[in-house]
Amino acid sequence: MVRVDGKGSGALVELRSLDKKYRRGGEEIDVLRGLNLDVDTGEFIAFMGPSGSGKTTLLNLIGGLDNPSSGTVRIAGDEISKLSGRHLAAWRARHIGFIFQMYNLIPVLTAFQNVQLPLLLTNLSKAERRKHVEAALDLVGLSDRMHHYPRQLSGGQEQRVAIARAIVADPTILLCDEPTGDLDRASGDEILDIISRLSKEFKKTIFLVTHDPVAAKRAGTLLHLDKGSLLECTADGQFACKSEDRGR
Amino acid sequence: MKFLHLIVLNLRRKKTRTALTIGSFLIALFLFGILMTIKTALGSGVDVAGADRLVVRNRVSLIQPLPFAYRERILQVPHVRDVTFATWFGGYYQDMKNFFPNFAIDVEAYRRVFPEYKFTDEEWRGFVEDREGCVISPPLAKKFGWKIGDRIPLEATIWGGTWEFNVRAIYETDRKEFTSPELWFHYDYLDERRTFFKGLVGWYTVKVDDPANAVEVAGAIDERFANSPWESKTETEKAFAAGFANQIGNIRLLILSIGSVVFFTLLLVTGNTMASAVRERTGELGVLKTIGMNDQTVLFLVMAESIIVAAIGGGAGLALAKLFTLRGDPTGGMLPNFYLASRSLALGFALAIAAGAAAGVIPALGAMRLKIVDALRRV
Repeated sequence: MVRVDGKGSGALVELRSLDKKYRRGGEEIDVLRGLNLDVDTGEFIAFMGPSGSGKTTLLNLIGGLDNPSSGTVRIAGDEISKLSGRHLAAWRARHIGFIFQMYNLIPVLTAFQNVQLPLLLTNLSKAERRKHVEAALDLVGLSDRMHHYPRQLSGGQEQRVAIARAIVADPTILLCDEPTGDLDRASGDEILDIISRLSKEFKKTIFLVTHDPVAAKRAGTLLHLDKGSLLECTADGQFACKSEDRGR
Repeated sequence: MKFLHLIVLNLRRKKTRTALTIGSFLIALFLFGILMTIKTALGSGVDVAGADRLVVRNRVSLIQPLPFAYRERILQVPHVRDVTFATWFGGYYQDMKNFFPNFAIDVEAYRRVFPEYKFTDEEWRGFVEDREGCVISPPLAKKFGWKIGDRIPLEATIWGGTWEFNVRAIYETDRKEFTSPELWFHYDYLDERRTFFKGLVGWYTVKVDDPANAVEVAGAIDERFANSPWESKTETEKAFAAGFANQIGNIRLLILSIGSVVFFTLLLVTGNTMASAVRERTGELGVLKTIGMNDQTVLFLVMAESIIVAAIGGGAGLALAKLFTLRGDPTGGMLPNFYLASRSLALGFALAIAAGAAAGVIPALGAMRLKIVDALRRV
């Protein structure tokens, strides 16, 4: 279930009255305004909206990369906006997997080593880490490229390594920030296939930010973000349907 | 040490830059090692000085002598247990480059006052009984291949002519600081043959009954010879040795000055390198934080990089300095105890690590405080 009216309860992700303001020069910019969102486990949500509408900011707040100006972010019962830096980092390691548009792999590490990075923060043994990494790389179809460096991989393969890195620690939530934005259609489709599979087979809760309507259609729920507010869209992608503001 | 691999790989990203930074540590610590070796060599007398020994010298300067007759008068001072004396000879073997310290000594009391030098009774007796006999140190014996029974000619720079000596004893000692190349011979032999300064000695060494009485004894001796043509200056053996070393300048200040400049430059160079490295990897640091690495671990990664560079460069520099000093005194006798002490090695390595840590701390704090959203924007 996905709700944008702030009336849900007990959802995996609960955003309440979320405000985010940035100060640029002397000017204060409202990026998110009183945003509410409830998302249950296993949902696949796509966020669309014009540039600067706050999609990435929203993703960062859900992932604990940034703090809201006001409001609360509660995920799996933890109010993460109140966690300290050290605890928030540990929480992120346990619950969140990130997939970026530009892959963000460490260039001096092989695919295997890149995927292993999140596991270095755990107490897993070397053998256990190897098992997890191989499974993750196998899932994205890159078992035969595990000792390649990022520069030796195509863009699509790099993004698959990034997906493997995001899922290797078995996070609760996957946050994907335009994961196909830098790829051709064929490679993009491959990435979307993997993300869809993670949703359907592995029941991951996925938030996808995209400008691509084709990518957005893979999601079970499409939300439109504009001027700091969320609008829930119909399956055919029409935006002006239900607004979170209705109940306010 | 799960992240060691990542740290090493980061250092290998810009091989030239890393090599140059390591090189600057290497040169700095090599220089440090050599300076410390020189300091140790010049100050070796200071380190071996006995706490219960005083040195009485001419108040005007060390090269001015004192009357032989002072010996008895010093012995009369309360708390003085023994007195011996020596005079600088300043001879060299065959060529000036073969210069080494050599003294005319008071054969009767010298062994009693300096018990750290060990002899067999037979060798000592042989020395005492031979007016032209001499004692040499093991390094001197090794340097010229001399052995007991050899006859050695020395050219005298002060007293003139060639003086010949018979090697009668080679002392032994447990302490490396005592083993400088040196030669002692009979004061009587010197005084009999020289044409000037007869009846005068270079300096007295006084053994007191208790180190606690040293100040009182020093005052009493100087008071005894005050207002005489040969006024004395009595000081602890340590102060005397330090004064001797400082004749060529304030070594400690010199080393401190050079060392401070080098280390300050090193801090700037390494700090700049680490700041560049962190700046270039801002996005990656953001990714590491995103996947759950906490701020303290990020701080540790950057600090570790800086410290590893310092350890490699500093270690290599000190190792080179050690190798250099293993060849012995490069001055041909001016710095007899030319060796890099373990204590200096440890101090040098600790300083290198400290410099590495200090150079890395500001970039590391910057990396630690980096906000993830800001870092990711720079990818």
